[in-house]
Amino acid sequence: MSVQVSHLVKIYGAQRAVDEVTFEVQPGEVLGFLGPNGAGKTTTMKIITGFLPATSGTVKVCGYDVVAQPMEARACVGYLPEHNPLYRDMYVREYLEFVGGIHRLPNVRARVEEMIERTGLTSHRHKQIGELSKGYRQRVGLAQAMLHDPQVLILDEPTSGLDPNQIVEIRQIIKELGREKTVILSTHILAEVEAVCSRAIIIHRGRIVADDTIETLKSRMAGQSVVTVEFGQAVKSQQLSALPHVREVKALGGNRWQLVASADRDLRPIVSAFAAEHRLTLLELRKETLSVEEVFQQLTR
Amino acid sequence: MVAIYFREINAFFSSLIGYVVIGVFLVLMGLLLWMLPEYSILDSRFATLDTLFAMAPQVFLFLIPAVTMRSFAEEMQTGTLELLVTRPLSDWQIVTGKFLACLTLVIFALLPTLLYYFTVYQLGAPPGNLDSGGIFGSYIGLLFLAAAFVAIGLFASSLTQNQIVAFLLAAFLCFFFFQMFDLLSRLPIFFGKTDDIVQAIGIQYHYDSMSRGLVDTRDVVYFLSLIVLFLAATVVSLGRRRW
Repeated sequence: MSVQVSHLVKIYGAQRAVDEVTFEVQPGEVLGFLGPNGAGKTTTMKIITGFLPATSGTVKVCGYDVVAQPMEARACVGYLPEHNPLYRDMYVREYLEFVGGIHRLPNVRARVEEMIERTGLTSHRHKQIGELSKGYRQRVGLAQAMLHDPQVLILDEPTSGLDPNQIVEIRQIIKELGREKTVILSTHILAEVEAVCSRAIIIHRGRIVADDTIETLKSRMAGQSVVTVEFGQAVKSQQLSALPHVREVKALGGNRWQLVASADRDLRPIVSAFAAEHRLTLLELRKETLSVEEVFQQLTR
Repeated sequence: MVAIYFREINAFFSSLIGYVVIGVFLVLMGLLLWMLPEYSILDSRFATLDTLFAMAPQVFLFLIPAVTMRSFAEEMQTGTLELLVTRPLSDWQIVTGKFLACLTLVIFALLPTLLYYFTVYQLGAPPGNLDSGGIFGSYIGLLFLAAAFVAIGLFASSLTQNQIVAFLLAAFLCFFFFQMFDLLSRLPIFFGKTDDIVQAIGIQYHYDSMSRGLVDTRDVVYFLSLIVLFLAATVVSLGRRRW
């Protein structure tokens, strides 16, 4: 059990920024932290890294409580904060060697070289951090987080502000990391969660509104299953709503209809039987798969 | 702590700060001690370094806040402090590392003035006719004073993200602790024993006492307490995000 968060509450003034958040993450898992801006993602991450104290609740990292055993807990966390703060006047290698020095790594130089290679910084290692483009700075941020080979990586919006190519490269690095480490990353880009994460937690107004694998999340869609159907002939809406289990009928124009039923019902056999019975031609019959976007919007409305 | 110490030292000498601080200090001291008629040792006809020890604190009053102002203010502004305090380091280690680095820079500025000691030593009639004990004590006093100013400066820097505010606050606090208590003790509201006590809170009283060449444990204890007090205040100030 790499990260255990239980009943976490953080109150700022009168606002409950984080409200009874409980979850666990295992090694080999990439957890996506999803939520609109201001939902409490960053606050939760800052509490896990020990930067902020919780109002109540506990966080354990690699079995160490972040309040009672901060040094042990911090040693097994790699952290990439939001906006990736770096010393602009330091050189890439100098900075990484400094970080290695803080963690008292043996063979700092060799480890720094390894990280530089892994994050694709080889051609930039002698540059000053301030001279680097945003994408390369993000790699430096990842390199410093991974340098001491931590069990847990906390990455706060690791791809924000990067161009599409850079995003793909950074995601590749994160995916590789996720094979053996525990990775928690926050984002409000839903495609990112679909691309990188094995599991997602959606938080809204400080509360967890969903915690599931990406596949389950998609099929959940607040308890609905939707079927789109197009007939060759005209059909009356009353005929469709009279079908068993159909809760809602939406006309999409022409002879296209959208039928909604509860999540555990598949309307396709019913619709196809209906078409056969009334000698209708079925041009289209499709169960809608919802994107994470739609689930997200449903849950955080 | 060692890693932080060397990073800070590198930061001073890979930017202009380190060289400017040492340069400004030495140019000012050189001018005051050897060139300007009012203060110059050559004009005074006495083989002493009194001018150095009288003027160095005045120069430190604005030079040391300039050295310390970025220590925490810059890290808070760029957000690097968040990374620093979430590493396996205690706040004390961070503060001590930065304190020692700033103090080292000040010592680097002070070291070349030893040359003045040897010059004046040779200029005395006969050579060597100067109060070496007094000078030794004064150097110790100056070191303690610099360390106290650095501790005050670090505290001021930990209060704000704005380096200019940090500088002004540090300069004010240094001045206050250096001379203000001495001046306050002369107010008529303090009489009898109380004015001695008020005077003894200030740095000047203990610095002057050390300048006489007598390293009194009471003065050493005073300086160490002042330094530890401000370093502790800095640690508390860094922890205020937890409140």
